[in-house]
Parts: sequence; C-alpha cells; structure tokens
Amino acid sequence: MRQAWLGIVVGVAFAGAATADEFAKLVVNGEIEMVTRTQAPDHMEAIDEIRSGWTFRTGETQTLQMDDFDNPGMVFVEQAVEAWAVAEGGMGKSCADCHGDVADGMKGVRAVYPKWNETAGEVRTLEMQINDCRTTRMGADEWSYAGDPMTNMVALVSSVSRGMPVNVANDGPASETWALGKEIYYTRYGQLELSCANCHEENYDNYIRADHLSQGQINGFPTYRLKNAKLNSVHSRFKGCIRDTRAHTFSPGSPEFVALELYVATRGNGLSVEGPSVRN
Amino acid sequence: MAEGVRARVKAPATAAAGESVTIKTLISHPMESGQRKDGDGNPIPRAIINRFTCVFNGETVVDVMLEPAISTNPYFEFEATIPEAGDMVFTWYDDDGSVYEETKSIAIG
Repeated sequence: MRQAWLGIVVGVAFAGAATADEFAKLVVNGEIEMVTRTQAPDHMEAIDEIRSGWTFRTGETQTLQMDDFDNPGMVFVEQAVEAWAVAEGGMGKSCADCHGDVADGMKGVRAVYPKWNETAGEVRTLEMQINDCRTTRMGADEWSYAGDPMTNMVALVSSVSRGMPVNVANDGPASETWALGKEIYYTRYGQLELSCANCHEENYDNYIRADHLSQGQINGFPTYRLKNAKLNSVHSRFKGCIRDTRAHTFSPGSPEFVALELYVATRGNGLSVEGPSVRN
Repeated sequence: MAEGVRARVKAPATAAAGESVTIKTLISHPMESGQRKDGDGNPIPRAIINRFTCVFNGETVVDVMLEPAISTNPYFEFEATIPEAGDMVFTWYDDDGSVYEETKSIAIG
C-alpha cells in the first residue's frame, strides 16, 4: 500500500514538471521582470504574438533561469568577469580600461545589436565588435567567433542589459543586410528542404518528434543548454539548425549568418534581453 | 589544483532560532570522470571532487561522497535547521588533494 502511494506521488510530480507553463511570468532574482510575450513587430506578417523561447520550456527549466545562483550560465559569465579586467595584447589594455565597470559601460548594448557600424560600413554583431576592440584597441589576437571566451564575454555584456527590450534597427543602411537575412530565413536548405520559417513560423508550439518547437527567438542568447552544459552562441545554434536540415551550413561569423542574426533579432523586437538564458 | 575551481554558497545572513533554511552551493569543477580519452586516444585521468561536507558550529549537517558519474560543476541544495547563531563551514575535497573551504555566518534575528 505504501509503495502504491509513493508511485502515485512520483507520477503526479513528473507530469507537472514535464508540462510547459506557457503563461508563467519570468522574473529573475525577484527583481528583473521580463517580457516573454508581446505584439509582433510590424514587419512580421505571419505571427501576431511573439514569444520568448522560455515560454516553450518545462517548468523545471524555466525555474533555473529565475535565479542567478541556479542559472548554470552564470558560472561562465563569472569567467568573463575575470577576463574583462585582464590586460592583453601589445597595448596592455583590458576591456575595463576603456569601458570601466561592465554594468555601467555595457548597459543597453546587447539590446541594439547587431547594428550598423558607420566607420566600417557594415552591420556588426557583438562578437565582431569585441574582436575589433581586441585587434585595434588592445593589439591582441582575435577570439574564435563562437569559442568559449567569446561566447562567455557576449553573455556578460548581455547579462547587464537583462530586462531591457530588444530594439534592433532594420532600416537605413542596415536594410540591405536585413533583406538578405530575411531571404535566408525563408530559403529551404538541405536534403530535408527546410527553411527557418517551416519550423519556427509555421509550426511553433508543435512537436518534431520529442522537440517542442519555439519561435526561434534569439533574445535569450547566449543560451546555456542542458544538452551540452555550456553557453551557446547564436551562430552555433544557427549552424546546428541548418545542419539538422542535412545541409552544408554557413560558418559562424560568416556574412550570411550576420545577416540572418540581424533579421532574426528584429523578429524579437519588444521581447526582453534574457541572455544568459537556460534552455534544453 | 584543477583550473578555474570556485566555490559559491547562497545562505541567508539571518534566521529565526529553530528555523529551517535553504542552503545552495555550487563549485565550478570539471569533474573529469577518468572514462574519457583525449584526441590521441590516451585516457584522461580521473579528477573529481570526491567529498563535500557542511558543518554548523561543529555539528555535521551533510557529508556527501561524490562519484565520477556526477556532472561538471556539482550543485547541492539542502535544508538545515538553525538552532543558534554561528558559522556554517562548507568544504570540498578534490582528488588532487586540494581542499576548498567557504564559511557563512548566520545570525539569529
């Protein structure tokens, strides 16, 4: 009898945990309130309401992101906090020497990237900007685009903008790159002939086998994934997705992925910056 | 000493006498299982945290033996009853002989 009771209790607890709580409110550390559902930006025709990937995850995974101590991604952010103060390269400078305290110097930066850089005449992602800083201002070597030091640093920069609305510009000089990104988003790739839109626009909230499809928003990147126990960059995720269509993928940092990141980022305008988020 | 090891503890600064409080601990550690091989096919030696203890005013709260199958960055969360003010001492024992210690003072109030 006792055993039967135990079985019931465990069964109920499991069912509760395995269901996504779509309408839960995301508040981090009891103070940063996040927008996880909002009206879609005007340029999106097929979707009325945009939703953070957080709303598609199970209750257990959702809870991990609600406290920095529980969020495994913060371990990697702490590594970047150390790197922030380390002087590197020929000019003997650290990030902190120019930008000061990361919470002051970098607040709001994540929310507007990728962004047009007038001097360089190109759209730049945060990673490109960090590598530009490293080579021209520090005289140091570039970091690998989707390597751990880079992704951890992007997560640190992102963490100080958490709760701010994503506000990436798609007009003016960035419009050409944005249009390329949009074209890539709707192009079918690989042997499976799947475009981003086939899953993340036409079929979000459905399952492909065991995977609960999200809208493919990138407001939570870099993302700590339970499957590989580290932070993952946007371009690594793009690469994984295109690989899953059985295609040759573009490389992280390639002009194609930069354009795609710009386009996908603007699809999330209005959602909160969440990085580092926790996903499965 | 393994690289990048850092212990973190989240415990309340104050508690009511006899109150049960939640303690969270995390240590960043690779927890190399000893089962893996490097790029050249040579086994990577085991290097894990093998024991974790929490002691409050000399009294053991938890004493845990860890095994190689435990993932990187081991996390422990448990509850402890706080009878009086005092120091909670957390200790992690590394395979390589290193001992990492962290102390949190809890006041009654």
